[in-house]
Amino acid sequence: MSAFKPLPDLPPPANTVGPIGWARSNLFNGPVNSVLTLFALYLMYLALDWFITWGLINADWFGESREACTSGGACWVFVTARITQFTYGFYPEDLIWRVDIVFALFAACLIWLMVDRSPAKGWVAAFTLFLFPFIAYFLLRGDAFGLESVDTHKWGGLMLTLIIAVVGIVASLPIGILLALGRRSDMPFIRSVCIVYIEFWRGVPLITVLFMASVMLPLFMSEGVEFDKLARAMIGVVMFQSAYMAEVVRGGLQAIPKGQYEAAQALGLSYWKMMGLIILPQALKLMIPGIVNTFIALFKDTSLVLIIGLFDLLAIVQSALNDPKWLGYSVEGYLFVGFVFWAFCFGMSRYSMRLERKLNTGHR
Amino acid sequence: MADSPSAEQSTKTKAWNDPAIRAIVFQVLAALGVVLFFYYIINNALTNMEARGITTGFGFLDNPAGFGIIQSLVEYDETYSYGRTFVVGLLNTILVSVLGIIIASIMGLVIGIARLSSNWLVAKLATAFIEIFRNIPLLLQIFFWYFAVLRTLPAARDSVTLGESFFLNNRGFYVPKPVTEDGFGWVWLALLAGIIGSIVLARVSRLRQTETGIPLPVFLPSLGMILGLPLIIFLLLGAPLSFDYPVLQRFNFQGGVAIIPELMALLLALSIYTAAFIAEVVRSGIEAVPKGQTEASSALGLSNGQRLRLIIVPQALRVIIPPLTNQYLNLTKNSSLATAIGYPDLVSVFAGTTLNQTGQAVEIIFMTMAVYLTLSLLTSALMNWYNNRIALVER
Repeated sequence: MSAFKPLPDLPPPANTVGPIGWARSNLFNGPVNSVLTLFALYLMYLALDWFITWGLINADWFGESREACTSGGACWVFVTARITQFTYGFYPEDLIWRVDIVFALFAACLIWLMVDRSPAKGWVAAFTLFLFPFIAYFLLRGDAFGLESVDTHKWGGLMLTLIIAVVGIVASLPIGILLALGRRSDMPFIRSVCIVYIEFWRGVPLITVLFMASVMLPLFMSEGVEFDKLARAMIGVVMFQSAYMAEVVRGGLQAIPKGQYEAAQALGLSYWKMMGLIILPQALKLMIPGIVNTFIALFKDTSLVLIIGLFDLLAIVQSALNDPKWLGYSVEGYLFVGFVFWAFCFGMSRYSMRLERKLNTGHR
Repeated sequence: MADSPSAEQSTKTKAWNDPAIRAIVFQVLAALGVVLFFYYIINNALTNMEARGITTGFGFLDNPAGFGIIQSLVEYDETYSYGRTFVVGLLNTILVSVLGIIIASIMGLVIGIARLSSNWLVAKLATAFIEIFRNIPLLLQIFFWYFAVLRTLPAARDSVTLGESFFLNNRGFYVPKPVTEDGFGWVWLALLAGIIGSIVLARVSRLRQTETGIPLPVFLPSLGMILGLPLIIFLLLGAPLSFDYPVLQRFNFQGGVAIIPELMALLLALSIYTAAFIAEVVRSGIEAVPKGQTEASSALGLSNGQRLRLIIVPQALRVIIPPLTNQYLNLTKNSSLATAIGYPDLVSVFAGTTLNQTGQAVEIIFMTMAVYLTLSLLTSALMNWYNNRIALVER
């Protein structure tokens, strides 16, 4: 009697494993799904076919004027010929290095802060928040330290978009924290002032806020006090944004367990010590994804400043499209602007999702 | 001996260390600050306006406007007052918001469900749609549809046409206009009766189900009452409805209903942009219902339809409704971007043209903001009420 020897396992049927098996279970499981798949493939074929032949194969990339566009496809010359203007607006060309330094410094700080293991994050954060804005202002605006002055109405393009968005978010964070603390305070008057402020700005569209900032602000100021257009827009954006920021901060504050407040009070800490040392450091960490999300919303909303006559990225492309020498390239122009905005927003939203996952594990 | 005064002091808190007193002091200071701030800006505004020769008050609303508006839901021409322009703008805002909300909800629902599809390709396409459209500024999308798509359509003479009754050209979209004739009121009445009838039927069915456990058939009879009854009346009366078709005249189309390209571009952009957000809301709502609920309802022997209607959708809605209303509100506020392409909404007509003509900045901005503010406060009040109601049902 020989011992029982099982036959070796047969390999699974060829159509249940590998790419074929995957396609069968994910794309063609059932008649409805098969039809949907074929339909989706057809749609993708149409879109990609158009885009690749029009936008890549038949496209013209470099040149000086529209005469360079001869192959009948997309005319990216429109974008490449004016890329300097789209990035820096009407900033004097020989001074562009100043903008570049600001961009590079800012990018370096951000990367330093985003990489998980970089040392001395606190110092870099402090530098970015407190010192960098002054350096950036003097480099961009000039008029001090022997730097040539550049008026803000010459700022434009992607540079202006980034400046408004970053100033909006950085300035609205401290105001938002104060408003959120006020909204959760026990003092009835302060609480109601904060609630009225927050609900008011959250209830009106940004466009009316910008209108208000550009039309009404000069009326509210006493004789002789004047802001330029950019400053007015920024004041509007910051007032508007701080209300949204306050709600994000409030969300973070509410996520801190009550025991933390009670423990801080039991230790005899004062209100500001309790908030500054115990509550806010924990809450701010929880708020980062929310802050990034409001930043994305603000970044998209900066395009509205074109309505009050500032030349951000969208506005500058829009005005270039009306240039008689370049009429008829609106699809290329809008695709370019759309891609730039999309790349920024999508990148930030991915980053915020990654952060959310990271922070989630730390708190469970 | 030296200890006793300090011991006494420590039992009796000093005034500036008493939280109650401090709170009062802080609030009085804050109130003073607020009052001073408002005094400052109001005082400045009054002086500045006087210096510029602007009269304050709402008297300007009765003055004749003297400018035309390309789309108006109520009677309007140049001779009407500025007050009328406010109404026209408000109605146009409401029109685009309501249409946008309807289209965005349907699109968002479809895409949100598609994102959860078991079909890999469909799910990925839906994800791509969401990620593309919610990461591009709305204003850019409006510009794209308006300047790059609708304005480059053929002229009226070479319109794209469907069955010689729908026409699409760079002046807008022309559709036949239904014209009701005598006796059509009975059809509306029949529709109303059908709706009331089906509500009553649903009530009776629910009562019977709680008593005997056996529900009455509801769906088909309701469909019959709501659709069938008006249809029968309509045919009995001899179809009292005709269509006014758009006809190409010398320069443009006459008759029918013209949808101006501004409205189309705004609607397209608003609904696609908002649909991307609504799709995410719908997806998270459906995913929030635990799988155990599906399994438990199958174990109870509920059919597929019953499971969706009685178990899944009510629970998903609880998660979906609050962010959904938020999106509706956003859409309404975003409709103010109309001013960038010249669609005559409230901001464009009133805070734009009217403000430029009259110079009454404070009053006009105040009225415009008040409209949006009322809308959003009403909505959030409604939401709080709804949330409270739902919280009671929850166990």
